[in-house]
Amino acid sequence: MNLALRDIRHNLGRFLLTCLGLGLLLGVALAMVGIYRGVVEDALSLPRALGADLWVVEEGTRGPFAESSRIPGDVREAVARLPGVREAGAVTFQTAEVARPGGGVLRLQLVAYEPDRPGGPPVLTAGRGIARGRFEMVADRRAGLPVGATLEMGGQRFRVVGLTEGAVSSGGDPLAWITLRDGQELQFRLAPPAARRQLAAGGGTAGTDTVNAVIARVSPNQRVEAVAEEVRRWKHLSALTAAEQEAVLTQSVVARARVQLGMFTVVLLIASAVVVALIVYTLTLDKLREIATLKLIGARDRTIVGLVVQQAMALGIVGLAGGASLLFSVKDFFPRRVALGPEEVTGFALLVAAICLVASLLGVRLALRVEPAQALGG
Amino acid sequence: MGGTASAPLVVLEGIAKGFGEGEARVQALSDITLSVEAGTVVGLRGPSGSGKSTLLNLIACILEPDAGRLALAGETVWEGGRYRRRDLRALRREKIGFIFQFHNLLPFLDATDNVALAMTLAGTGLAEARRRARDLLDYLEVGRRAAAMPAKLSGGEAQRVAIARALANRPRIILADEPTAALDSERARVVMDLLRQVAREQRAAILVVTHDEKIFDRFDRLVSLRDGRIESELVPAKAA
Repeated sequence: MNLALRDIRHNLGRFLLTCLGLGLLLGVALAMVGIYRGVVEDALSLPRALGADLWVVEEGTRGPFAESSRIPGDVREAVARLPGVREAGAVTFQTAEVARPGGGVLRLQLVAYEPDRPGGPPVLTAGRGIARGRFEMVADRRAGLPVGATLEMGGQRFRVVGLTEGAVSSGGDPLAWITLRDGQELQFRLAPPAARRQLAAGGGTAGTDTVNAVIARVSPNQRVEAVAEEVRRWKHLSALTAAEQEAVLTQSVVARARVQLGMFTVVLLIASAVVVALIVYTLTLDKLREIATLKLIGARDRTIVGLVVQQAMALGIVGLAGGASLLFSVKDFFPRRVALGPEEVTGFALLVAAICLVASLLGVRLALRVEPAQALGG
Repeated sequence: MGGTASAPLVVLEGIAKGFGEGEARVQALSDITLSVEAGTVVGLRGPSGSGKSTLLNLIACILEPDAGRLALAGETVWEGGRYRRRDLRALRREKIGFIFQFHNLLPFLDATDNVALAMTLAGTGLAEARRRARDLLDYLEVGRRAAAMPAKLSGGEAQRVAIARALANRPRIILADEPTAALDSERARVVMDLLRQVAREQRAAILVVTHDEKIFDRFDRLVSLRDGRIESELVPAKAA
């Protein structure tokens, strides 16, 4: 006879209301776990989307995401000639805020690349890749732009020809790919008044064949680290492997956001533990006479402990199920990615179980201290 | 278990119990010697503070005596300054049934399961416990309310279910703490008649703490306590 479940059934309304409150709290905590995971995944989304084994950047920098990096465009050819390099492509990155068709401002992370070379969009979910040399764009669905939409940037009109899914920057902005030439002009070409002023000052018109990085794909039988070492011998360049680039992103670019979210998650979990402990304690307080009666008629301590702990676990399980259901039904409306896979949910469920177990100790202590004599008398 | 038809099932010899230390010490019971034989119903009466509840708690092994000897169902339980039995809850499960002033049924179990619970705690399987619980409820003429929750039972019905629970493990000793306090005269007499019937048919020793004068004539013996001592011991006819 399971006393915990029978007691829950007897006070089902109160139990469900309690679970609802706890579920909301656990749902928020789980959302924080998902947002935390989402920040990391977003940060890694861009380098992973480009599929580079090696990042060649300006000497002494950890660019192009953590620091600014500028290198000549012809570095690509030098890198492509290195032994073991299968293919290489020059890329630039920049953030753009453009007028959204139909009103509003759209923030994009622009990736400029050389079509048919590394750096282009991953799998397209609609439309086609960039085919013309100029003014075409492949955007992520998060931008909310349909195929065929046009955007004005740098005085030029770009047409969306294809869409990707789930490609965002470390800041959560959707990625948009354009050709390298378009990207270089947007980023490096001076506006006409500034160009005239520079010319008048005798500076000449600066060329725009500058890129932020050259990415390379290395042959499967070649060690990436060995190629990186080769690049580092050239005095004016630095090289990062894909793993190093990901480490820079997670440990530097989004480190504060991760710590902030992590700490907030911990605070929420502590709050959940305190709430569960108080609920279980109150539920136990309400049953002191019943517990005393059970002891008097000979119930073992494990029966009493089971009553308290099972109710705490039931609270956690039902609360988590409610909170998780709610979260999964609304998470796609969050402005940033809430990344929750089976791993995160299972881990969180185990954590909640541990929290409930620990939180029930207060109630267990109270229950075990109840004297059987309390059952006697009025 | 032991105990013949005439052997006492509850034996107290020179039992004493005090609370507190030094000048604040209160002697709740002094030199209590009492025995209750199988098949008898003994009433314990006395004014507040006379030691009735303390005596009941001592027999229930909830309180430990300071001196004397306590034997239950033929087994010496406390003597020489210590319990002779380690697992007192098992002792209560096996040998003692309890009836409370306010029935103390678990509100989240129906009448059948309130009775069956006591049996499952003693190791009986749930199906068997429920079958026996229904038999007991029938025996106490409350079988038609077997599926009712305690909140839906009248005072008299609830007390019958509580009696059924007390009888669940066929205890040789039943301790009742003011079992009729919450009942009117007629229901109080019915409950006492039931206890008398149980004592006779199951050869149990029943000890009842009560203030209720209406039921004094239902006892085989009536023990009066005052200031922690047995003041008198009467048979009911004389007590009236």
